[in-house]
Amino acid sequence: MSGRRPVELAVEAVRYSVEGHTLLHGVDLAARPGETVGVVGPNGSGKTTLLRCVYGALRPTAGRVLLDGADAAGLGAKDRARRVAVVPQDAAGTFGLTVREVVAMGRSPHKRFWEQDGPDDVRRVAEALETVGAGDFADRPYDGLSGGERQRALVARALVQDPGLLALDEPTNHLDIRYQLEVLGLVRALPATALLVLHDLNLAASYCDRLYVLSGGRVAASGTPAQVLTEELLAEVYGVRTRVTTHPATAAPNIVYLPPGGHRAEGGGPGRAG
Amino acid sequence: MSRPRTPTAVVLLSAALLASAVAGLALGPVRIAPGQVLDIVLGGPGARTGAFASIVWDVRMPRVLLGAVVGAGLAVAGTVLQALVRNQLADPFLLGASSGASLGAVLVIVLGAGAAGTAGALGGIGALSVPAAAFAGSMGALVAVYAMARRGGTMTTGRLILAGVAVQYVLSALTSLVLVLAAHPDQIRSVLFWTLGGLGGARWDELALPATALLVGTALLTALARPLDLLLAGEEGARTLGLDTGLFRAAVFVLTSLVIGVLVAYSGAIGFVGLMVPHAARMAVGAGHRALLPVAALGGAVFLTLADLLARTAAAPEEIPVGVVTALVGGPFFLWMLRRSTRVEGVAG
Repeated sequence: MSGRRPVELAVEAVRYSVEGHTLLHGVDLAARPGETVGVVGPNGSGKTTLLRCVYGALRPTAGRVLLDGADAAGLGAKDRARRVAVVPQDAAGTFGLTVREVVAMGRSPHKRFWEQDGPDDVRRVAEALETVGAGDFADRPYDGLSGGERQRALVARALVQDPGLLALDEPTNHLDIRYQLEVLGLVRALPATALLVLHDLNLAASYCDRLYVLSGGRVAASGTPAQVLTEELLAEVYGVRTRVTTHPATAAPNIVYLPPGGHRAEGGGPGRAG
Repeated sequence: MSRPRTPTAVVLLSAALLASAVAGLALGPVRIAPGQVLDIVLGGPGARTGAFASIVWDVRMPRVLLGAVVGAGLAVAGTVLQALVRNQLADPFLLGASSGASLGAVLVIVLGAGAAGTAGALGGIGALSVPAAAFAGSMGALVAVYAMARRGGTMTTGRLILAGVAVQYVLSALTSLVLVLAAHPDQIRSVLFWTLGGLGGARWDELALPATALLVGTALLTALARPLDLLLAGEEGARTLGLDTGLFRAAVFVLTSLVIGVLVAYSGAIGFVGLMVPHAARMAVGAGHRALLPVAALGGAVFLTLADLLARTAAAPEEIPVGVVTALVGGPFFLWMLRRSTRVEGVAG
């Protein structure tokens, strides 16, 4: 459904500080046109901050974000929204707008302020709703949906925005497994470049062309999933013991989490280093 | 995208507006049969036949029209303010805009009248200076409340309401101070009108400005329905959907203050219309502003026409200020909304 050219993204030495805390210490990241790039890392490692710098919600303290070689800081809100669509973690409190109305907001960057949606917009919205499996609840109030249904609606909103770059902040965290696979498959199939923050390393391994691992606001590793997702790196960054194999069906790295060492294993559960 | 219910709502509300206007023209110290009212109205202002023509045309009609205009404008302003602060408890009165407008108006009347030595009738001081001062006052109050309620990018309901109440208190105190220190005794009664809100001062030659403010304001804001909808996606959401939120918010604040200022200059501070009507209109036609704003305007016109009718007739021959009537209805409504909203916020964290 996208007629737009995929965008080439370059993040150059982006640093972000707020109130004396530095959340990003000079991050470099690149995504070639059409590539699906994942950002992973423990809680507080700066994933969402990096994503927000990319889509312009935060202005980097230093460094630049380039979209097709042009500094994104120089773009107006509308120009930027025509190139970059965002799937936030959640958006609540829409006063009872219907799902269809929320999705139709995605057409705004392509419209004059006073312009109404035309037949083409209505068709695109209907298509996107079907694509994410939201057709059934399209005319219900967005506020009343479950987390997963909202997330699918926000994906549909980004689809009708027809972007060259799609920025997704944990687009699957509320979804059940079927929709996780569908949404990630959809993102991969789009001609747009995609930058995703993901928690689930196995999903990241199967759906991303390349991964960046953030730790403490720095890039700890980057490369193909097979290069990046090693037992050593996961131990260092996440502080967990893992067994990484190549999955016979997908040829992607497959991570099995091992209980923390020693006989504290029973009480421990999967390790989640902050 | 308007929903199928919108045309129905518009037709029903137009009929209700017509009916309440006829009731407003028919009822009062002198009761006139509805049929006779229609005859008089359809006969036109020129054909002054029958004993009641003057009551209908000269006394009641300007008041009914002003009530409809002010009600519509306050409902539109309330709808837009609610989108601007993204909170359904916003209202021109509760956010201090009406008090700011009152202070502006009172200052000009008292000072202007003092200088000119007249009794301070609205039109006497230069037709535009009172609405202009009211506009400045309402703008100043809104900016103050917005700046106070918004800290670090978040705005909780509690802070918004408290900021509104605080600004409202300060402005009302200043208005009282001006009255006590500077007003002639004969001005106090006419100025008291602003603090309570009333439509008793309606005159044919003072309808053009509020009506223009309403029509132009509503038309412009309805044209901006798309970006107003985007505000509902939140600050960051609206920006990622292509809206320059800072610029747009500023423009809409100015436009809304203008509508509020001009209306308050003629009607005084009438509260809660801009709180209740948008809520009811959203229940009827949804939250999309293209349908919502016209429906809210019609609803506000009906509501204030009926409220003023009640204010004139309920305790006759005494007249209750219409702001008292709307507050008696709106206060409990506000508390009910507050209960609901804190419950929702509690769940959302």
